[in-house]
Amino acid sequence: MKKVNAVVVGAGAAGGIVAKELSTAGLSVVLLERGRWYTANDCRKDDLRNQRTTVLGNAFGPDDEGNPRVVWDPQTGPRTLLPSEGGYQNNAACVGGGTLSYGAMAWRYMPQDFRMRSIYGAPAGSSLEDWPITYDDLEPWYEKAEYEIGISGDYSGSPFFGPRKRPLPMPPLAPNREFQILEPAAKRLGLHPFHIPMARNSVPYNGRGPCMRCRWCVGFACEVDAKNGSQNTVIPTALATGNCELRTECMAKEILTDDRGRARGVAYFDADGRLQEQPCDIVIVSACAIESARLLLNSKSRLFPNGIGNRHDQVGRHLQGHHYTGAVGFFDFDTYDDVGPGASIAVADYNHGTPGLCGGGALCNEFIRLPIQMIDRLPVNTPRWGLAHKKAMRSFYKRNIAVMGPTQPIPMADARITLDPAVRDKWGMQVARISGNVHPHTFEIGIVQAQRSEAWLKEAGAVSTVVNAGRPTTVSAGQHQAGTCRMGNDPQGSVVNRNCQVHDVDNLFVIDGSVHVTNGGFNPALTIMAIAYFASDSLVRNWNATGFRS
Amino acid sequence: MQSSRDGVSLTRRQFVAAGAMGGAALAVGCTGHNQGDWDFLNDEQARTLTAICDQIVPADDFPSASQAGVLTYIDRQLARHYRRHRNAYRDGLSSADAMSWQRHGRDMAALSAPQQAQLVAAIEKENSAFFNLVRSHTLEGYYGAPRHGGNRDAVSWRMVGMGEPPVRGRAQYDERKGAAS
Repeated sequence: MKKVNAVVVGAGAAGGIVAKELSTAGLSVVLLERGRWYTANDCRKDDLRNQRTTVLGNAFGPDDEGNPRVVWDPQTGPRTLLPSEGGYQNNAACVGGGTLSYGAMAWRYMPQDFRMRSIYGAPAGSSLEDWPITYDDLEPWYEKAEYEIGISGDYSGSPFFGPRKRPLPMPPLAPNREFQILEPAAKRLGLHPFHIPMARNSVPYNGRGPCMRCRWCVGFACEVDAKNGSQNTVIPTALATGNCELRTECMAKEILTDDRGRARGVAYFDADGRLQEQPCDIVIVSACAIESARLLLNSKSRLFPNGIGNRHDQVGRHLQGHHYTGAVGFFDFDTYDDVGPGASIAVADYNHGTPGLCGGGALCNEFIRLPIQMIDRLPVNTPRWGLAHKKAMRSFYKRNIAVMGPTQPIPMADARITLDPAVRDKWGMQVARISGNVHPHTFEIGIVQAQRSEAWLKEAGAVSTVVNAGRPTTVSAGQHQAGTCRMGNDPQGSVVNRNCQVHDVDNLFVIDGSVHVTNGGFNPALTIMAIAYFASDSLVRNWNATGFRS
Repeated sequence: MQSSRDGVSLTRRQFVAAGAMGGAALAVGCTGHNQGDWDFLNDEQARTLTAICDQIVPADDFPSASQAGVLTYIDRQLARHYRRHRNAYRDGLSSADAMSWQRHGRDMAALSAPQQAQLVAAIEKENSAFFNLVRSHTLEGYYGAPRHGGNRDAVSWRMVGMGEPPVRGRAQYDERKGAAS
């Protein structure tokens, strides 16, 4: 196979941006994606088979056949799970990755989110650290992501975010009814509500039309292509340069190294299951936190017997997601107006500054709940079945608001990805084993956040509420997975440096949520994108200076 | 389909016939199962499962689970995505009938509605794994997308007040195409 300059593994939020930045800078790029490329025609409004409700499978990968993972539950031991089962911690496997079907909340993290250890100190048992970069380092790249991917919304109601040079490129969507109910209540509580930033066209942008405000959003592909991900922005741009080749249904097997320990290419299984080797000058791993770690661990050689980049047993550790807590409020008037996407209003007053808590998180109203998502979210004491359950569905479907938010996760070294010794996937590779739990302090923050959600709903007129602040027994990762190839200055305590370059392999990069040191109190997509632009910039400058020849 | 609103006053057979008259192509393969017509269930299992499902979602002025096609949903998935649950259904349904014989000397399907409700409560207590499975699948079939054979004519969506969306987009073509896997 002809050698190329760069192989990017994974065509998701980060990989698409890296491919675009490298190919527009003149590098030849092969972009490998294990999933397929879906279009708006693949938008099935199937509430039992999408990326959020998966009882009949994942709409956008991976398929249930041949892609198991193992989760280590302290109570039950190892369990082998299908991709559509909850504990699998799935994101997606397709061109665009999670950004094809996400809800598309696109936040900037706050300046404090990069300096968690300095501000709060590390709670016992945690591996809380500062990032080696700051909000100011990322600010220009947040802006670039906001403009190239296309973000609508309005932060101006909230004084808690870091400085920015330009406003968002698109105004927010017009407020839906939940926004109108929740906004005055938040203000009465002294909070600062604002319009959630979303990677969704509110006006024509980037050659595509605006959101038609349907009820099938989070978990679904957008049928009018108004939701912005890498699949309809940067990847088409990369392909248009003529320098980037996208190969779908190609599963990376390992990063190949030469006898000096430098990356020399990527071995992968193509769509027909044949093993291929793509030689290259540099390798970028952007497969999402769990699979990126797994690929590094599966890349064993004489110089890297425990996996490439894993000399100090850091690959796979500090796995984080977001522990979501909140409340559902039930009202004696209709709150449902069938105006999607539903999620519209946020407060960021609680992300930092509560005495005794290491951070907090944003609180938002939830996306439109389809009826199937309501069956276990009815008022307290509703019977689980029978006429009373049916009547409660009828009474409350249009009369409830859910407020919830992602709790700032406190990382732990023991929450981690390893290779399962026994279970293999359909290509014969060892699968990811997920072990560890959520740090107890994360639960403490989550409980306070749920109480705050309840207070907001009561102020808005809820006649009854249900508080959701459970304590799962296993780690939370899922679509917000992060942290498995931590960024840091100390090679013994991290996997990549501030430029996302693996410490002891200078032509190997990990660029995705894996490098997050902490995961903020917000959905991580925009930060993953900003880091992809930031790291691509230094990579291209390095390439132009040295060509990574050594 | 107007008929489903009056479902309570019709027998199941009349309801099915009315549905077919309503012209819904969806009704084909969803209803009116003849002997041996199921993908996985046998007729005896189907009768017992109907009794359980119709306690989970009973009829009022909107149809019961079985009237809305939930049996079709479950049967179809037991032949497809829920193949892994086949044994649970075989064992669970036969143990439900065994319980019915023990307590009432009859098949579950032959019991009165209050007796069936009591029996389902007993199953929930004594065989909770099976009950939770059937409950989940029943509610999926009743409240989920009609394309999978349940929620006939989107009846539960109309029940909760979620009308046809103002912009239908592709939905109309998808519905016409019928079931997905």
